[in-house]
Amino acid sequence: MNNYLDFERPLAEIEGKAEELRALARQNEEMDVEKEAAALDAKAEALLAELYENLTPWRKCQVARHPDRPHARDYIETLFNEYTPLAGDRNFADDHAVMGGLARFNDHPVVVIGLEKGHDTKSRIERNFGMARPEGYRKAIRLMDLADRFSLPVITLVDTPGAYPGKGAEERGQSEAIARSTEKCLRLGVPLISVIIGEGGSGGAVALATANKLIMLEHSIYSVISPEGCASILWKDAEKMREAAEALKLTAQDLHRLGVADVVVKEPVGGAQRDRKATIEAVGRALESALREFRRKKPETILKHRRRKYLEIGSKGLAA
Amino acid sequence: MNWISNYVRPKINSLFSRREVPENLWTKCPECGTMLFHRELKDNLNVCMNCDHHMPISPRDRLAALFDGGVFSEIDVPEAPSDPLGFRDQKKYPDRMKEARRKTGEKEAMLVAEGEIGRTPIVAAAQDFRFMGGSMGMYVGNAILAGVERAVKGRCPFILFSAAGGARMQEGILSLMQMPRTTVAVQMLKEARLPYIVVLTHPTTGGVTASYAMLGDVQIAEPNALIGFAGSRVIEQTIGEKLPEGFQRSEYLLDHGMLDRVTHRGHLRDELITITRMLMRESPPIKGDLPRPEAVDETPDPEATANPDEAATSEKAAGK
Ligand SMILES: [Zn+2]
Repeated sequence: MNNYLDFERPLAEIEGKAEELRALARQNEEMDVEKEAAALDAKAEALLAELYENLTPWRKCQVARHPDRPHARDYIETLFNEYTPLAGDRNFADDHAVMGGLARFNDHPVVVIGLEKGHDTKSRIERNFGMARPEGYRKAIRLMDLADRFSLPVITLVDTPGAYPGKGAEERGQSEAIARSTEKCLRLGVPLISVIIGEGGSGGAVALATANKLIMLEHSIYSVISPEGCASILWKDAEKMREAAEALKLTAQDLHRLGVADVVVKEPVGGAQRDRKATIEAVGRALESALREFRRKKPETILKHRRRKYLEIGSKGLAA
Repeated sequence: MNWISNYVRPKINSLFSRREVPENLWTKCPECGTMLFHRELKDNLNVCMNCDHHMPISPRDRLAALFDGGVFSEIDVPEAPSDPLGFRDQKKYPDRMKEARRKTGEKEAMLVAEGEIGRTPIVAAAQDFRFMGGSMGMYVGNAILAGVERAVKGRCPFILFSAAGGARMQEGILSLMQMPRTTVAVQMLKEARLPYIVVLTHPTTGGVTASYAMLGDVQIAEPNALIGFAGSRVIEQTIGEKLPEGFQRSEYLLDHGMLDRVTHRGHLRDELITITRMLMRESPPIKGDLPRPEAVDETPDPEATANPDEAATSEKAAGK
């Protein structure tokens, strides 16, 4: 059973009809529906391809936030061996929105850090919907430091609506924690590869995505502000999120053109949620080839590469 | 002799200005309601003489009050691409820019300059909240980088006065990328072992707080300035409760360990002189209007004695 997005309604109808027919046939042995159902399948498949080929920026936001997309935990479980979670910021708490630890990626030891949204009500609450608190960023800083000292590459999986806007988070220095985490990213002498697997929400994403290579999934987004937030500030109307999504240029394709994303990984037809396994494998291949570029590179070279990248970003706009 | 300037001239000036700008003669303090004579208010750096409420001050007035004798020279900032995304909400971004330029008489949201404070050469940058909410776009990033490069070259401290609602949405992801970009600038200062002092002024929020504005060696704030990552309305909506009195204000942050000091605007200059001179291991500041002292003995430099002409200019000596 699929979870459909609003623009997928026509698709839901066709797929629903096919399913209904088959259910009927199971109850009534004399009925032969397969031909009719197969025709509906073909129609659905064509429609799905068409819908996903022409996703508007707002629809991409919806797909990027789809609850059935693979999340950080799924990537870690599938692509890594010997995953050994490490917890806590040694200061206040362990933030479950940020998961991470030591792991092997294609036999090589690495540090992996992921912003995890959760997959059902219980885990979403536990993960705070992927919104990290200062403790989460401070845990990430600690893990990146560990990686740097033991010469292990860092892989971050980014999927967050943004840093948590809470009272305690502010009191414990949310902005300082984000600033230090970004600073840590920029100080590493080991390669840092980031993948935006869903939502890259503002400063809360920058803190973990300031990387040598930024990989983005085809229907992921990365933005200075959510389209709803932007709409309510600039249009004074949160319902204008479609216009805002358009104006913000937040799709993986726009970011690639602007030189922010280095690699865009194609998703299966119908988005990552329709074939989680294929998506995860494609990300695995992109990670492997990104890491290979930095193998045997000197720490200073890796650090300078990252700094130069950020100093040069935006020297030209979309027009150029 | 002096009575002419102290008595006669102000009378003529006030007669003149009464006719020219009658509505600007008095300012009502938004905090205590006292009517304040505009020139006295200006002399008091826009701080209410009755209740000490700190009103906004333009970067130009601030830098004039900071540097010795009000003398400073602006540092050229490399041009940033204007309207890199072709952004348009209800207004076009270039139109908003024109409006901000007309309103402020400034080119952009940050002024960066060099000069001396207490005879210590420094570079200072001041953000302009009147200019599109002081928002951080590519120009602000360029301004910080240009200022830092000058500070590193001249081996002098960098003082930054922040004031911003956050990143400039109209530059989308490119404004967000100023977070890592300005962080690289801060790292350049730190690697050169030069003081980076941040003075947070009302208001400093969002991506600005979550990057360069929270990475100072010394963090000072003006009284009662709003400083935070998330907006208080967003926080109240998220947690479903009212925030305490003084939340996200300077004194609250000081109590929570997020700042070094909260300093009245009238004492800032002296305090900055004291701190920078100690961090630069210079002699205590000379109070009053004494002639410029002879150069302090420095560790003998064999090259300098070999070529006295070259050592004569302090700039060259410092540039080594
Ligand atoms: Zn007052």
